[in-house]
Amino acid sequence: MRNHSAEITKGIDWTLIIVYAILVLTGIMSIFATTYRDESIINGLLSFKTDYSKQLYYFLICGALAVFILLTDSKFFTATANIFYFLGIILLILVFPFHTDVKGTKSIIRFPGFQLQPAELCKIFVNLALAKYMSSIDLNFKKTKSQLYAAALILIPAVLTILQSETGLALVYFSFFLVLYREGLPSYVLVIGFAVALLVVLTLLVDQNVLAIILTSIAVLFLYLSRRELKRNRGLFILIVSIWGLCIGMQRFAVPYFFSNVLKPYQVQRIYATVGKDYQVDESTLTEVDMKKMEERKKAGNYNVKQSKIAIGSGGFFGKGLLKGTQTRYDFVPEQRTDFIFCTIGEGFGFFGSAILLGLYLFMLFRIVNIAERQRSTFARVYAYGVASVFFFHIFINIGMTLGIVPVIGIPLPFMSYGGTALITFTVLLFILIRLDADRQMILR
Amino acid sequence: MPVFNQSRQNVIRVLFLVAFVILLIRLLFLQLASSKYDLLALDNAVSRTVVYPDRGIIFDRKGRSILENTLTYDLMVLPNAVKNLDTAGLCKILNISQKSFHDRLISSIIKNGKFRPSVFESAINTETFVQLQENIYRFEPGFYLQERPIRSYPYKAAAHLLGYVGEVDSTILKRTNFYYQMGDYMGLAGLERYYESILMGKRGIRYQVKDNKNRIVGSYENGAYDSIAVAGRNLNTYLDIELQVLAERLLKNKLGAIVAIEPKTGGILAMASGPTYDPNLLTGSFRKTNFSYMLRDTARPLFNRAIKGQYAPGSTIKPMGALIALDEGVITPSFGYGCAGAYRGCNRPIACEHKNPAHAANLRLALANSCNSYFSHIYRMAVDNREDRDVRTGYARWKKYMNSFGMGVKLGLDLPSEDKGLITDTSFYNKLYNNNWSSCTNVFLGIGQGEMQATPLQMANLMCIIANKGYYYTPHFVNTVEHQESSDTLLNKFKIRHEVTMIPDTIYNIVQLGMQDVVDHGTAMGARIEGISIAGKTGTAENYGIINGKREKLKNHSWFVCFAPRENPKIAIAVIVENAGFGATWATPMASLMLEKYLRDTLSAVRWKEVERIEGTEIILPVVKMKRRKLDSLRREKMKVQVKRFTAGVQSTNQPASEHSKNITFKHIEAIIKDEESLC
Repeated sequence: MRNHSAEITKGIDWTLIIVYAILVLTGIMSIFATTYRDESIINGLLSFKTDYSKQLYYFLICGALAVFILLTDSKFFTATANIFYFLGIILLILVFPFHTDVKGTKSIIRFPGFQLQPAELCKIFVNLALAKYMSSIDLNFKKTKSQLYAAALILIPAVLTILQSETGLALVYFSFFLVLYREGLPSYVLVIGFAVALLVVLTLLVDQNVLAIILTSIAVLFLYLSRRELKRNRGLFILIVSIWGLCIGMQRFAVPYFFSNVLKPYQVQRIYATVGKDYQVDESTLTEVDMKKMEERKKAGNYNVKQSKIAIGSGGFFGKGLLKGTQTRYDFVPEQRTDFIFCTIGEGFGFFGSAILLGLYLFMLFRIVNIAERQRSTFARVYAYGVASVFFFHIFINIGMTLGIVPVIGIPLPFMSYGGTALITFTVLLFILIRLDADRQMILR
Repeated sequence: MPVFNQSRQNVIRVLFLVAFVILLIRLLFLQLASSKYDLLALDNAVSRTVVYPDRGIIFDRKGRSILENTLTYDLMVLPNAVKNLDTAGLCKILNISQKSFHDRLISSIIKNGKFRPSVFESAINTETFVQLQENIYRFEPGFYLQERPIRSYPYKAAAHLLGYVGEVDSTILKRTNFYYQMGDYMGLAGLERYYESILMGKRGIRYQVKDNKNRIVGSYENGAYDSIAVAGRNLNTYLDIELQVLAERLLKNKLGAIVAIEPKTGGILAMASGPTYDPNLLTGSFRKTNFSYMLRDTARPLFNRAIKGQYAPGSTIKPMGALIALDEGVITPSFGYGCAGAYRGCNRPIACEHKNPAHAANLRLALANSCNSYFSHIYRMAVDNREDRDVRTGYARWKKYMNSFGMGVKLGLDLPSEDKGLITDTSFYNKLYNNNWSSCTNVFLGIGQGEMQATPLQMANLMCIIANKGYYYTPHFVNTVEHQESSDTLLNKFKIRHEVTMIPDTIYNIVQLGMQDVVDHGTAMGARIEGISIAGKTGTAENYGIINGKREKLKNHSWFVCFAPRENPKIAIAVIVENAGFGATWATPMASLMLEKYLRDTLSAVRWKEVERIEGTEIILPVVKMKRRKLDSLRREKMKVQVKRFTAGVQSTNQPASEHSKNITFKHIEAIIKDEESLC
């Protein structure tokens, strides 16, 4: 069957591949727009020295990899999912003794000729392992034990990544909870998670006492509205009061404790910067290194977001045109090619171009969700949702960060940001999905 | 088939959608709702530079540029912004020691304060400039480079004529209805000011893109928004710069003026005022310091005596008296007056130098011998000429003559702020003498004393009238403007020929011959040059000054006016040397040297020796020098007080000023004082 060439391409979702290609090429164009410096374009492309030519070569490598994946039997992925997962964990652990310090991160192992960031690659393995676990025939996901097991699959690499000072990458793993939700994780888990996040943000934004008053008022309101119910049901009263107590406790003690004792000062500062506030820190408790780091990060963080907002804001409706963006062309936005690549689109092509790009990403996400829902196998569906969740998290956080509504955590924009590892990871994630989808007619793996 | 949670796919879709809508709204807000970011981006990345056009160049009659443009850069320092400075790096580029770096910083704080920028190093050379420009971001914001187009004067001469340029101030902005902008330079004096509209050109604006380190990386939108600077137009003048330099040399160490005019055109060949100064002093960053220093100098180097100095003309006015009498028809050239050593026509006798009765037997002789009696007499004859014998109408007519000669009125040359000298009205005498006065009252006017004052320019112009035999062109410097346009009306008035007498040329010849006699064997023999016929007239102007509150007669001013060659006059000169005594002593040889230099285009070695002798002689009243010294010592005291205050300030800010740094400060201030002394 495999030897028949028509069979290979059968069932492949070309729409997704086209969208993928458009995004990568747009990315290369944006990298070109920010780094092109009047050299001969042909030389630039052939030299392998300019960033855009490098990205183009990465793209070619990805193409080869994609073909390789498409040629692979989809059973291979189900069969090897767990092995890859353990391999990934071992790699993540090996990072600790063998890492090279590059730009403050401890997550990279350097080999001659290339470097490896296991935390990045592990996304694929976790997704596969999760899909494998969720598709176990004897799984009952309503059991708390199974839920905890799935959560552990996600959280082990996340914790290891945090330990490598890659908070941003670690946060990506949390997007897999969206998959768990789809597969039956009670919604209150997500609702509570969301509520806690909201409360944390409010704690930052609103004065402690004011927030306490607001929370109390809400509790009183609820008590008033359910006053008839209360007469019959003592438990409800206790529930409301204890939720109120928990909220107040969090807002008064837990969050401040978490911020001052668990998080690093510069991290707190970054979170504060996103909501537009200065973080007042008791300087006597800081080590000198922390202070220095904080100063640096404060400068860089605020500067990045400010310049990025200026670049995007100055784009207007139609933008300034390719190579005409004054902000992105002349290095005003740091990390231009990597985490802040969206600025180039925002400045060069304005609201019009940005909206089209956003539309393209949204289309891709919806397409993946559609693909997920048309799968007959749980493995493929879970995997597809995993891909959608990871992409969604990356896209939303990255673009939100350039627009100044999300804290600056350095994660790349899928397919567009400069960088080989990221591009390859996203490509592999996507093409495994395409391969699985192509074989959707084969029941049960 | 897990169908249980299928509805949740829609929750996830909605979640995706909401998140993207949030991003889109934020995008909408950033890109469309607010133009703030547009401006910020422009501010970030586009620098707007005013491009100053090159000002026009001024050439002399032989096409030598006497005023050029040079572009220099100043390294400015803003002391309060100097923080975390890589001092060693800056010192290395500037090639100065760290000690002198601190000295300079301190002295700029003393001079301009901490919050105002001072020049740290002015007129930086190209090599240093290149290095500085590349590295300037390391020293910002405490240090920055400032481009400064300055005028340079290769001959270091003609300071009074060329004037200077300076930054416009608020009064000028208002006066010109904001045609100029803050930071613009404009001509503030001299030709620079008079021909400002021609010299200035049109400024342009250049938009350039800069990168995150403020380095210029290219033009913005390929220069679509740029407006091009149009260079100012050049001026060709009548000036002979070598003659000008000579005139200034002759006036060295003296107060006085020399004006040389080409009679046929009214073109000014040279105009010097002593003392003068090197015009380069008033360029660049030190203009204000130097200016205020010179302004307070009692010898008044900034004062252009050639057009603003007003002196009694003395005997030099006598030829004009003759012209009036001749034009009025009250005398003929053969008219004689028997002078026996004094004029006794009025109550008080007026002494005359000569006693021999034949010395005023006719006009030519009277001129040659400068007979006071003769010219007093013909003054009275001219004024009392009418039937009614009313001195008022007679004097009014005489005044009209004088005014038409350019006396007592502004001639209107192409320099600003000319003074008009003095010829009084009849009403002045009416008031002073209660309507009871006669031609005897002001008979001294006939010999150029009394209520009569003239500028050296006016005197040179009188010579032009005699040389031209009855007409003159308003003296002016500029011959042609480059790329003349019909809208250039500035030069029109210099093309008008002013006819002032109706006297036939033959009679003029007699006046001219009388003046030639003055040089050939009269009072001005010192002016004689072999092979050139010179017509001239010496003069001695009495003057008074106030010394220690008392009005005292000072030593006479020395006048000499002349033109040459008599047959075909090419140059008319007026020379005055203040307080130099008798006219023949100093003014005559100076004029002679000027004549020879201009007519022969060179001077012999012997004559150069003469130039050196004159140059080396100081003729400045002791009182002027005394006052100057007093002023200087006052200044020094003031400086010292400032230094004390500064060092006290340093101590009070809890930074114990070490003995060492204190010494440096004092030494530095002393150097500054010394610098400024050497200016004079």
